[in-house]
Amino acid sequence: MAEAKRQKATMDGNTAVAHSAYRVNEVCAIFPITPSSPMAELADEWSSRGETNIWGNVPVVQEMQSEGGAAGAVHGSLQAGALTTTFTASQGLMLMLPNMFKIAGELTPTVFHVAARSIATHALSIFGDHSDVMATRTTGFALMCSGSVQEAHDFALIAQAATLKARVPFLHFFDGFRTSHEVNTLTLLSDAEIRAMIDDDLVRAHRARALDPEHPFIRGTAQNPDTFFQNREAANPYYAAVPGIVDNAMADFSGLTGRTYRLFDYDGAPDAERVIVVMGSGAETVRETVADLVARGEKVGLVTVRLYRPFSVDHLLEVLPQSCREIAVLDRTKEPGATGEPLYLDVISGLAAAVADGRRKAMPKVIGGRYGLSSKDFDPAQVKAVFDELKKNVAKNSFTVGINDDVSHTSLEVDADYVIEPDDVVRAVFYGLGADGTVGANKNSVKIIAEDAGLYAQGYFVYDSHKSGAQTVSHLRFGPRPIHSPYLIRSANFVGCHQFHFLHRQDLLRLAAPGAMFLLNAPYAPDEVWDRLPRSTQQAIIDKKLKFYLIDATTAAREAGLKRRTNTILQTCFFALSGVLPHDEAIAQIKKRIRKTYAVKGDKVVEQNFRAVDTALQRLHEVKVPKKVSSRVERPSVVPADAPKFVREVTARMFEGLGDDIPVSKLPADGTFPSGTAAFEKRNVADEVPVWEPDICVQCGQCSFVCPHSVIRAKYFDETRLDGRPKAFKSAPVNARGYPGVAFSLQFYVEDCTGCGLCVEACPAHSLIDPGIKAINLAPKEGLVEPERDNVAFFEALPVNDRARVDFANVRGVQFLEPLFEFSGACAGCGETPYVKLLSQLFGDRLMVANATGCSSIYGGNLPVTPWAKNHEGRGPAWSNSLFEDNAEFGLGFRLAADKHLDLAQALLKSLEAELGGELVNAILTAPQIQESEIRAQRIRVGELKAKLLQLAEHNPAANDLLSVVDHLVRRSIWIVGGDGWAYDIGYGGLDHVLATGRNVNVLVLDTEVYSNTGGQASKATPLGAIAKFAAAGKRVARKDLALQAIAYGNVYVAQVAMGANPQQTLQAFREAEAYEGPSLILAYSHCIAHGFDLRYGLRQQDLAVASGYWPLIRYDPAMREIGAAPFRLDSPRPTIPLKSYAYNEMRYRALALTRPQEAAALLKEAQEAVEQKYRAYEDFARMKSGPIPAEATTAGRDI
Amino acid sequence: MDLTTRYLGMTLKNPLIASASPLNSKLDNIRRLEDAGAAAVVLPSIFEEQIAREEELFDALMTTGIDTYGEALTYFPAHTAFALDTVRYVEVVAEAAAAVDIPVIASLNGVTDHGWIEYAREIEAAGAAALELNIYFIPSDLSLTGRDVETRYLEILEAVKETVKIPIAVKIAPYFSAPGHMALELDKAGADGLVLFNRFYEPDIDISKLALTSDLALSNAYEIRLPLLWIGVLAGKVKASLAATSGVESGIEVVKYLLAGADVVMTTSALLRHGIGHMKVLLDDLESWLAARDISSPDRIRGRMSRASVDDPTAFERANYIQVLQGYPAA
Repeated sequence: MAEAKRQKATMDGNTAVAHSAYRVNEVCAIFPITPSSPMAELADEWSSRGETNIWGNVPVVQEMQSEGGAAGAVHGSLQAGALTTTFTASQGLMLMLPNMFKIAGELTPTVFHVAARSIATHALSIFGDHSDVMATRTTGFALMCSGSVQEAHDFALIAQAATLKARVPFLHFFDGFRTSHEVNTLTLLSDAEIRAMIDDDLVRAHRARALDPEHPFIRGTAQNPDTFFQNREAANPYYAAVPGIVDNAMADFSGLTGRTYRLFDYDGAPDAERVIVVMGSGAETVRETVADLVARGEKVGLVTVRLYRPFSVDHLLEVLPQSCREIAVLDRTKEPGATGEPLYLDVISGLAAAVADGRRKAMPKVIGGRYGLSSKDFDPAQVKAVFDELKKNVAKNSFTVGINDDVSHTSLEVDADYVIEPDDVVRAVFYGLGADGTVGANKNSVKIIAEDAGLYAQGYFVYDSHKSGAQTVSHLRFGPRPIHSPYLIRSANFVGCHQFHFLHRQDLLRLAAPGAMFLLNAPYAPDEVWDRLPRSTQQAIIDKKLKFYLIDATTAAREAGLKRRTNTILQTCFFALSGVLPHDEAIAQIKKRIRKTYAVKGDKVVEQNFRAVDTALQRLHEVKVPKKVSSRVERPSVVPADAPKFVREVTARMFEGLGDDIPVSKLPADGTFPSGTAAFEKRNVADEVPVWEPDICVQCGQCSFVCPHSVIRAKYFDETRLDGRPKAFKSAPVNARGYPGVAFSLQFYVEDCTGCGLCVEACPAHSLIDPGIKAINLAPKEGLVEPERDNVAFFEALPVNDRARVDFANVRGVQFLEPLFEFSGACAGCGETPYVKLLSQLFGDRLMVANATGCSSIYGGNLPVTPWAKNHEGRGPAWSNSLFEDNAEFGLGFRLAADKHLDLAQALLKSLEAELGGELVNAILTAPQIQESEIRAQRIRVGELKAKLLQLAEHNPAANDLLSVVDHLVRRSIWIVGGDGWAYDIGYGGLDHVLATGRNVNVLVLDTEVYSNTGGQASKATPLGAIAKFAAAGKRVARKDLALQAIAYGNVYVAQVAMGANPQQTLQAFREAEAYEGPSLILAYSHCIAHGFDLRYGLRQQDLAVASGYWPLIRYDPAMREIGAAPFRLDSPRPTIPLKSYAYNEMRYRALALTRPQEAAALLKEAQEAVEQKYRAYEDFARMKSGPIPAEATTAGRDI
Repeated sequence: MDLTTRYLGMTLKNPLIASASPLNSKLDNIRRLEDAGAAAVVLPSIFEEQIAREEELFDALMTTGIDTYGEALTYFPAHTAFALDTVRYVEVVAEAAAAVDIPVIASLNGVTDHGWIEYAREIEAAGAAALELNIYFIPSDLSLTGRDVETRYLEILEAVKETVKIPIAVKIAPYFSAPGHMALELDKAGADGLVLFNRFYEPDIDISKLALTSDLALSNAYEIRLPLLWIGVLAGKVKASLAATSGVESGIEVVKYLLAGADVVMTTSALLRHGIGHMKVLLDDLESWLAARDISSPDRIRGRMSRASVDDPTAFERANYIQVLQGYPAA
């Protein structure tokens, strides 16, 4: 087929792989995990649209409860004869391991497609390396690695062809994010080409081997010492054949497509002396560098590993030049304690064997090194550093490259000035906000340039770790040749800063090449902008002789009706300035894309964007650059000078985008980070912030109760303390009888506020004369930051209210409790974090949190900052995340240890009674610790005890022992927190078991009814009739009633709460659950961005959910039986509105009504009936004196 | 008796039309209206603001949070093709047009000549027999002159006329300095019909919540006076058909409007008040009135009491006003 006829396309690696895999399979069983989720989502979408595979049938896509479940379903489907695949990564791949051994052991053809990602060790990382894949080496899967979007697309097919022939299952992997998310130009395989690669006889042979009662056999037996071993060796010939089979498949592929691959490919000087062996996207970087170095006369080369396992030494020897004297093997993984990383060991043992048996004359010098862990960028400068190292007489083995290892001194010196970007490639870097649409516009630009203008384009997008106000950095390359540069741009000839305030935070121009264009979006006139720049920015513009352009895109967007979405305007300016396309053609293509992108959203949106394009250039100005720096503005330090050392040296560097430069010595070896560093990150993401009207305020505490980011704080204090207050500091007499001379103040941390408006919606106090004015109103932030900074400082200096004197029993009291979860990166208006914050307020100083992976672990512990904080006494929540699937068990472990150490402490206390005094010992052992005042009293006793123990410690080992566990004498509050994906699906088995232990743990499920963190996939909590990923046609089954399942145990405290409907009930449930001496479970309705409505109205939606009867508020308290009361309490009234009045305010429901109105109406009717039925059942339970579970069935299991 | 009536160039079986109301959004109701004798139905208006706001809202909701965080670059299934309410409206037009034999008239309610006019084309393609342009414009911008307002009406009409071939009726409010002249200009600009008059939603104030409220009281028989006046003045002076709307409670108002010169008479409030079956009552009333006078067709009475036909046309003018005042008993 002529190249010209082939279809060129631009897509990311995930799409490229899914495109091939979908066409050659019949069944996909999957579970979402970053960065592989889009492959499964695309397969599901195509399946729901009825797209067919090459045999003309529509593949079935089944979402499972975990990757373990997906692997099981894959295994079963394969055994039943269907061509079956899955897509996964990282921890997901780990959960598949047991089945992978089985699938390989049974010689079952399949390809697992893996977007390779780090495995969580000292920390979780969603980014790419080969540590997950390397953990599968012993499963018996063949491991095949692709290094670019094109290769990933091609290898997905080659692997499928090979597995069918070989019967050995394949794992096809490519670098997570770097390849899975890179958008690049590729030549798309036609269905005819795919068809030609797949031998239907082999498909039929696979089916013939399937389990079939018509000709039954047994597979999956148990074997004994007599035969297992021999049987295991029986498969050897199949493995021996694999390299040849893959080689043939690659040859066939080459014949069909003209794209030639070999098991090991060699590039470089034919007489190379120094060679790098590497696989994955890193090989692309090495290839580019080798080409440059060879052109400079260096004798260097590259061996790219395509088929890593089975490792064919013969094929390696075939390509490795005889001239090669030094080899560096690069591994994108770390195997602590090994003599080297896996690929290195395979190469060295292969070469050693070849030398030993005479296939090779001499053993080259071979060193191994690590690069690119967790998507650490791997660029030509690093490659050159490796080649340079090989020149040395004593080259470092087990080196690292790309970091500064000042501890073990493994790292190589890298010459950052080595840049090999060709001049004819446009290299553009854009800094934007998630909300301004920069990434979307850049993806569009890539398509325009590659698909419409006939050039080659590459786009890679870097996101920060926040879900609100997040910065995005787009790296775009365009050029006349295919782009094989899988690394970030370090020498940009175009830098776009789409948010002016970024300049005050980071040195954005460090990436600008000399003479580059700099486009700044700023709300200033061309003649005034210069002096608004920080001095360092001015200096960089002058030093690098940048061409400086200005656009007020924010105003232009507002005028076009696009609100904050400045993307189209800035995209137009980019095209106009960069000259990638002739001006008129660029405009025409942009409009064409706009129509394509927004057509589905209606003419109005298209028209607004057209208007934006047309007006953009009118507002674009070149700024004349003065010769001298004149600004009085210095880029401020990102953290205060008096911040802790760690924050200054580590956290602040990460804020500045300079985390790559932090040396090993500055980082905690075991992943232990200080609490509360979010307070140092003043992100200033809101345009509007709340302003308090003390005269209207009734001091009810609702606003601070619902604030997702803990930016509303209240204190009461003696009014004499107001002396010396800042001018703008507000207060009012406390609104309670019996407190003369006491003032109340509500302080907003406006720099940490996201402007979500939940507080305004929650505020019940209206002005009696000014319509629309409440006690809290949003106002533009401009002019408020400085005064509020002073106010916050004054407020923080006021005494913290005594917890023992605060009434915990009502919402009003809670506002005076310090939140120990603050300023997280959660979405603006998040429905989860108010519950998390409440937890921290009520029990924070004695709280341990086991947090399931998901949104709450990300906003709870994704660096650079930690929102879990300490109180003024230095106490606070002790938080950790283990995995997604094991959280209940992890939290139970906290309890087991706490119980054990409490026992130990109590025993030691008794043993030291004579030394410590009977009165103190007895008081500590018998003190009640339910009320806060009782806890405070116990703390005083334990403080006294510690003092005595310290005196005894020198001579008394028991005292020393007691000191090591003494903290347990204060009642610990152990909470297991996670989302519905964890509780209903992947962690359900563990959760069920933990509840069944009867141990005193508290489980908080932040129920968004969808996998929020990975982008809205359906869970078993997803409601009937709502759409979600993997339920694009609307969920057909009602959500699981987890509350009722837990109630069935009889001894579990269970509550279902919705803060927006009844905050008081929420508060009550939290306190009762904590006080209950057994397991407790709280299901907390959490509105979410994935529901598709303006989260400002989140509380109202919660209220409607309850009012419709969809989310009945319940509390099931087994302790009630002891006082003769009914344990099941229904706290919400009978439904007062139809389900529709709640549901159809949200896109997740409404979307279906718009796309499939009849089905939606039927599902709504079904859902309405289900709501009524459930409510009636709950009413019945509430009437039963012993609740739904008879008392006699529930006596076991408490007070263990 | 032959009740056949011409309206917008169409032949209707009688002069009674169910005007735009929420009742007419359901297919069942449209069928029942046909059964009860309605000669045509006007579908509820699709509002320009609704079109724009819906598009913007859906776009905003579908794009909130996307491309922000590496694990969740989107939150909904890709390519979720949303049929907007506007698309749904076009479907309703098609379904209604297919379901009944009487003409189905679509209604667009707008104040500008922007993109929403594109919908006129889709509505036409969906099978609407005609389009009623409900120009609902309150010139709260105090810099606008009366002429500006009039120009806007004409521009909107022209834009829609350029877009579609089906007949266009323009529904206007009476609040022009010279409503008659405005009607003539619309007539000249190509309006196939004039619907008199639109009723504005006028705000009220809730003094407990200090909030503006807006609702629309159903019209009552007294409200026929203003349309009656202007239909009487315009009858015979314009090429466009004249439709009377507001205040039709019983056959009495139907007859009055016909006498003043209306080609057709529209009703909503009475149907909302008394149910769809009331259409039959109106029709029966009309027939009885005509039969009692042995009149075989409404054509015979149409415009008999218009300004052009009556002996003393000053009854339509100031003298009428004076007469009323003089005749009004002093308190």
